[in-house]
Amino acid sequence: MAMALGRAATAAVRLRAWSWLTTVDHKRIGILYLVTSAFLFLVGGFEAFLIRLQLIRPDNHLVSSAMYSQLFTMHGTTMIFLAVMPILVGFMNAVMPLMIGARDVAFPRLNALSYWMYLAGALLLNSSWFLGGAPNAGWFNYAPISTGAYNPGPGIDFYDLGVQIAGIGTLMTGINFLVTILAMRTEGMSLMRMPLFVWTTLITSLLIIFAFPPLTANLFFLMFDRLAGTAFFNVPHGGDVVLWEQLFWTFGHPEVYILVLPAFGIISEVVATFSRKPLFGYASMVWAVEVIAFLSFIVWSHHMFPVGLGPTVNTMFVLTSMAIAVPTGIKIFNWIATMWGGRIQLTTAMLFAMSFIPTFVVGGTSGVMTALAPADMQFHDSYFVVAHLHYVLIGGTLMAVFAAAYYWFPKITGRLMSERLGRWNFWLVTVGFNVAFLPQHFIGLWGMPRRVYTYGPGLGLSFWNALSTVGVFILTLGILVMVMNVVHALRRGEAAGPDPWDGRTLEWSTASPAPPYNFARLPRVRGRDAFWEQKRSTERELWPVDRHIHLPSPTPVPALMALGLLVAAYGAIFRSIPVVAAGLGLTVYGIHRSMFDVDPGVIVTPTEEGAA
Amino acid sequence: MSDAREAAGALAFADGAHERARFGMWIFLSAECAFFACLIGAYLALHGRTLGVPGPGALFDIPVTLAATLVLLVSSLTMVLAVDAIEREAVDALKGWLATTAALGVTFLGFEAYDFADYWARGVTLQGTVFGSSVYTLLGFHGLHVAFGIFWILSLLRACAALTAEGAVKTYLASLYWHFVDVVWIVIFSVVYLVGKAT
Repeated sequence: MAMALGRAATAAVRLRAWSWLTTVDHKRIGILYLVTSAFLFLVGGFEAFLIRLQLIRPDNHLVSSAMYSQLFTMHGTTMIFLAVMPILVGFMNAVMPLMIGARDVAFPRLNALSYWMYLAGALLLNSSWFLGGAPNAGWFNYAPISTGAYNPGPGIDFYDLGVQIAGIGTLMTGINFLVTILAMRTEGMSLMRMPLFVWTTLITSLLIIFAFPPLTANLFFLMFDRLAGTAFFNVPHGGDVVLWEQLFWTFGHPEVYILVLPAFGIISEVVATFSRKPLFGYASMVWAVEVIAFLSFIVWSHHMFPVGLGPTVNTMFVLTSMAIAVPTGIKIFNWIATMWGGRIQLTTAMLFAMSFIPTFVVGGTSGVMTALAPADMQFHDSYFVVAHLHYVLIGGTLMAVFAAAYYWFPKITGRLMSERLGRWNFWLVTVGFNVAFLPQHFIGLWGMPRRVYTYGPGLGLSFWNALSTVGVFILTLGILVMVMNVVHALRRGEAAGPDPWDGRTLEWSTASPAPPYNFARLPRVRGRDAFWEQKRSTERELWPVDRHIHLPSPTPVPALMALGLLVAAYGAIFRSIPVVAAGLGLTVYGIHRSMFDVDPGVIVTPTEEGAA
Repeated sequence: MSDAREAAGALAFADGAHERARFGMWIFLSAECAFFACLIGAYLALHGRTLGVPGPGALFDIPVTLAATLVLLVSSLTMVLAVDAIEREAVDALKGWLATTAALGVTFLGFEAYDFADYWARGVTLQGTVFGSSVYTLLGFHGLHVAFGIFWILSLLRACAALTAEGAVKTYLASLYWHFVDVVWIVIFSVVYLVGKAT
């Protein structure tokens, strides 16, 4: 009897696992993204923690210099490719289709494929720790230190193929979201009525579509150099190591905006909602995002001033880089103007959004400083740059991610997070972050280079490095409180109801969590802040509830395709052609299935509560 | 089964899925443009570094490559005729034109293989010089796209010759891809071959 029960329980678990493995629902894929990327964020955070422990005092030998190189490389690579970008993609998946009144994304299967490719890339990269050493050439992996001659171990192959697989998955996401937003909005949701988060998702998708191909090409060049002996970065055979830098930053600078534009979108939603006011200067916000996106493609060489491309080239890139401050400044002032005269509610989400503004301005200002080519010769590769990029990525993007987490958690899970723990979370993160990274500006100006595993005593660096490490302790505590809050909310959180914040946008007009079909009746939009207006309008002209909603059926094929790529990548890293062939064969079979399977889909009839 | 397929096709059509598929294909191809732009850019930056092996001027044999180009151009024409056959609901013509397109693609790859063997015999190897690396990588990626297109067309021939709405849009998507691969070749032929020969 007990055994039968046990068996039934295992079967139920298996069924649930299978349903996650085969899901094509954007909300569940969003949850997969959020859970995976949150875990990898903790992994990347642990690596950062070890880095700061190593630097807590001069001449420390907690980790070797070789291990230190692996730690900072994996920290950067994990945070950028495997944690922060996918967290943002997770939020986009979770709420963007709801915000435009759609029932799913344009290509649900492709969406699943994107996630599984991301997971495959993440597993591949992180398995390098146990299979011959992690990559160690920095997250931008410059040639020639990443070429076979100088770096014969498998670490760089893991980087190359891991980022390649995850990157192509991201490209698919970009295509998917672009088509979703442009082709699947509900009636009345014109472009200039879209919530800012949808706008930034749209523009981010465009950036992904044109920024990732250079990365793909570059990674192929490096892979061919390492696996097939080509000479792209092999100088004696005519190769050119600056080619890597050019292509990498052609991708890399738009990538910075791929990480920060969605954050701008999140802040715009949160600030407007909790100021009880429409967003100030909506049209100028949209234009600012577009101008930033355009400029992001013509600034890449500001990462390469010390290469010596010449004064004319450098001047061009100084000017374009500094120009980005203008649209960014417009956004800052618009957020402040949105709060001005509003009835501000200091929820945790709002606290994070309000903290975002000054810390991001600090990061932006040091960005303008590093954009000045002559000054950059001093800043380059010093801790000043580390401080700058963390102010932008933590002070900017991560603050927005925390805000988004508190803001949308009730929509995603149906439960509220604790505001009391939220306060602890906010203050620990904000104080810890500033204590950790503000001193790094000075450490850098005093000449401490980044990526060097230790420093000597008596250089005036010891106190500030120790302080920075203390800041990371506080920051870590803050993040642990966040983890606690999530666990607490999932187990004992208050039920949220459909609209806990008196929201303005359509995701709050349906149940929390939203039913598989999102809306029993598709919303009809009559203005910006569609749901707010709907709530305040006396007119009750409703469409009939759809009785037969057509949804795509679940499929294991996307996961299989990603598995094929994972197998092929291991084959390439361990130089086994049959394994590569088997893996690619599986993927091509999956492509073929996806092209020619006819999916009859499932017909769903909404329940009464869903139709409310 | 076939009823279910028809019904699914009709539903997808009502949902606007086909419009989205075409739109998505266009966007995908624009990303492919950026990818090939990087390959061509890298080639242009590196092709002068021949280190003693024959450079573009000495290496390329324009008449042979011109023949290959014409083959590929004609394959675009046959692809147009295949899509036209769908619109006329002429199944046999559709099958015929798709098969012709695939055959022309294979012929093009034959020319390319012949070219590669020729270049290799004259000392331009993948590993020896960065000129070799970049030219084989560029042409190779294009060839790979042609090969994938052939695989696609053959799959279409096998699985989807029935003229449902579903089959029509799949053929249309394949044709978009095929024309794109053709257009990339025209750029390669002009920039790599003709300009290379002239300088």
